[in-house]
Amino acid sequence: MGMAAADIEAMIKAALPDAEVTITDLAGDGDHYAAHVVSPTFAGKSRVAQHQLIYKALGGRMGGELHALQLTTAVPN
Amino acid sequence: MSDTNSRIAEIVNGNDVVLFMKGTPLFPQCGFSSRAIAILDHLGVEYASVDVLQDMEIRQGIKSYSDWPTIPQLYVKGEFVGGSDIMMEMFEAGELGQLMTDSAVKQA
Repeated sequence: MGMAAADIEAMIKAALPDAEVTITDLAGDGDHYAAHVVSPTFAGKSRVAQHQLIYKALGGRMGGELHALQLTTAVPN
Repeated sequence: MSDTNSRIAEIVNGNDVVLFMKGTPLFPQCGFSSRAIAILDHLGVEYASVDVLQDMEIRQGIKSYSDWPTIPQLYVKGEFVGGSDIMMEMFEAGELGQLMTDSAVKQA
């Protein structure tokens, strides 16, 4: 069960090459992560649309293999 | 539209504020659902909740309904607002309270 932080980061970057991704392993168990993603691609998009881009990048793992991913998104300053 | 989709649409459109969650407001079965309830309680708004653990069709159907893979999911006046991370961000920015005020949602 679970995914490695590096895999999560790689999948997000594959879909959003311009993204800065910071992954924190919240519980140290390889199963509860927080991801902060900063990307110019998010400009003008709603929060829901920004999160949906990340969920798509993770290819259906969200809610399954990847249960606990706290996600925050932002446009670079 | 499938039966499940029309059932979900009925729930979403029949309640000003509704949270699809795991467990109940008194006994949330997941940390994310628990966090969503804490935010709604803090805002002091009246809300309905649906325990997706009691209904497998809704548990699956709600994910395609809004193209959103996780639970909890918050709807206000028929519109999908987000999951618990977005709720928390909006709450901290004062935007969720503003949305409730703008939507003329009843206080609990």
